[in-house]
Amino acid sequence: MTTDTENTIGKREMTINMGPQHPSTHGVLRLELVLDGEIINKVTPFIGYLHRCFEKYAEEVKDYSKVIPYTDRMDYVSAINQEHGYVLGIERMLEIEVPDRVEHIRVIVAELQRIASHLLGIGAFGLDLGAFTPFLYCFTEREKILDIFERTTGARLLYNYMAVGGLMRDVHDDFKKDTTEFVKTFRPKIKELNDLLSYNEIFIKRTANIGVLPEKVAINYAASGPVLRGSGVKWDLRKNDPYSIYDRFDFDIPVGTGEVGTLGDCWDRYIVRVRELEQSLRIIEQAVEAMPDEGDVMEAIPKRIRPKEGELYVRTESPRGELGYYIISDKSANPFRIKARTPSFVHLSMLPAISTGALIADMVSIVGSIDIVLGEVDR
Amino acid sequence: MNLFANITSLPSILLHAAIPLTIILVYALVAIWGERKIAGFIQDRLGPMRVGGFHGWAQSIADLLKLIQKEDIIPTDASKFLFKFAPFMMFAASYAAFAVIPFSSGYIGSNINIGVFYLLAVTSLLTLSIIMAGWASNNKWSLLGGMRSAAQMVSYEVPTIATVLTVIVVTGSLNLMTVTEMQAGNDTLGFLPNWLILQNPFLIVAFIIFFISILAESHRVPFDLPESESELVAGYQTEYSGMRWAMFMLAEYADMLLLSLLGAVLFFGGWNSPFGEFMSGPTWGFFWFMLKGLLLVFVMMWIRWTLPRYRVDQLMHICWSILIPLSFINLVFVALWELIF
Repeated sequence: MTTDTENTIGKREMTINMGPQHPSTHGVLRLELVLDGEIINKVTPFIGYLHRCFEKYAEEVKDYSKVIPYTDRMDYVSAINQEHGYVLGIERMLEIEVPDRVEHIRVIVAELQRIASHLLGIGAFGLDLGAFTPFLYCFTEREKILDIFERTTGARLLYNYMAVGGLMRDVHDDFKKDTTEFVKTFRPKIKELNDLLSYNEIFIKRTANIGVLPEKVAINYAASGPVLRGSGVKWDLRKNDPYSIYDRFDFDIPVGTGEVGTLGDCWDRYIVRVRELEQSLRIIEQAVEAMPDEGDVMEAIPKRIRPKEGELYVRTESPRGELGYYIISDKSANPFRIKARTPSFVHLSMLPAISTGALIADMVSIVGSIDIVLGEVDR
Repeated sequence: MNLFANITSLPSILLHAAIPLTIILVYALVAIWGERKIAGFIQDRLGPMRVGGFHGWAQSIADLLKLIQKEDIIPTDASKFLFKFAPFMMFAASYAAFAVIPFSSGYIGSNINIGVFYLLAVTSLLTLSIIMAGWASNNKWSLLGGMRSAAQMVSYEVPTIATVLTVIVVTGSLNLMTVTEMQAGNDTLGFLPNWLILQNPFLIVAFIIFFISILAESHRVPFDLPESESELVAGYQTEYSGMRWAMFMLAEYADMLLLSLLGAVLFFGGWNSPFGEFMSGPTWGFFWFMLKGLLLVFVMMWIRWTLPRYRVDQLMHICWSILIPLSFINLVFVALWELIF
């Protein structure tokens, strides 16, 4: 114990709780940080503060359709995308084909939702780094999307819009006009956002070379979505495993290039989201163009949904990454088991791997850049 | 016409104490409202609109009344005396420094010949009070905030003092009244005012360094690390509530004004009118002086609502390896310029 006596003043680590009520843990995440000064020696995420028993509820509910509103509440920032995955899964189990019109509307709302979700992620990331104004600019734009959703679905956050075999209701008459209008006004705002935040000198200093996630580590941790693409892996389920009608549209997959720092740093993850905004706009434009004007939005399905005995894994690209549902049916009225594979949970698990040795301030940018939603982590 | 030349009797001292206090309080109410309106303007929203009718002008007063009514919470394990004392000490430090600010040609609290020196010395107490608040709260976030601010303020005092020194080299006086009087008249290039910033190109550099340093000294974005809300919850203010917290805010705004006014005296001619004899005199002098100070405060607010914040090690890097060498090199050049011209 000679080192202790030699070093009587220093070298005592401080354990500190970041959260569950901390301004930049994006909800009720608790991170236990072991600090040496401001340097993080160890970080342990603690979850479960927002556990809502999604999987147990789904087993008890006695109706496949009644699970849909619960999927909304997992990732409350991108509810439509959660519904989309689940509904697709059940439709595949029942072997139903939905009308073309429904598929188009689904793609349009899902991409609008992706933009809304990315805007929140980008804005909150800026806010974590002290830039208040871009956050409100993002919210102004998100508000316009929520207005479209309000007219289409009747709700602004948790929509319960998609149904097995179609949609809960038809879109309103001005849907196409509203959407086109939004696409037109939103495009210039992306440039504005880039000028104000993305290429800001201080912002780059705070995010470049921070929280580097190398390609190999990302794959080993099963990362997906913008986090994986930020590390330079070109992997997007909309292209690599097309579901719905995504194979009909022409769009690119932006990947991180390490242009301001190391490949896979916080800035790369951030910029992938910004560039995906543009790609989502392209998909929306094509979908609005191709969408049939007339048609039923609900396929005739049996009143009680009873899929054949069997199991199925369905995966879709949610704004945060690969959202998978593993559904087992035992031919009864309720699913025997549903397991949701949510991207935020996976991404949170790699937090210790990428943030050891960082400063407290970096911790904030790392948590912001992986863009977790706690509802989805805890389910 | 020096109305308050003799500071001898108690009423006179009280009067001298009351004048800067009134200015600070009125300014704080206006500035807090103004900051919210400016933030609203920058962010495409309205800001306060309800209280008092016209553009929510009474919002700060309403907030103040609310803060007065709030319960004064002191953490059980806090060091009680230091915890209670820190906010008042912080305000006292910036308030005391107003004594040497020449508000107009007719009024200065105390016309001492080491004005600048006194001002820099007294404002150093701010650091102490922040460490006091951070340590006494017995909260780890507060402690981190206190430590950060100690490091930050001690570091940034060096470039501040170095740039103030540049001005002193030119003026040859530490008395802020004398410094202002030297900048009277409109002779630069025949029509421009004789402000120091217009007289010497190196003083422009000095002003830029000075402005960056006072942003850090008064904890404004991009250097607001001691209370960076997204990292340290609220830094040293975390455990404070009600009136004690309001004292911190008041001190912070007073500090902003103080350093801006110092900038106005040192670089922009203090109470001198930009139009020579036109619109000059003690009353107009006060108007011009406050206008110059508030313009600098406005720029600080503008920066706050535009930029993200630096990280603590980057902040130190900027100070020690950029600003300090630059300010000393600049000092040499200013001295050479004065020697030659």
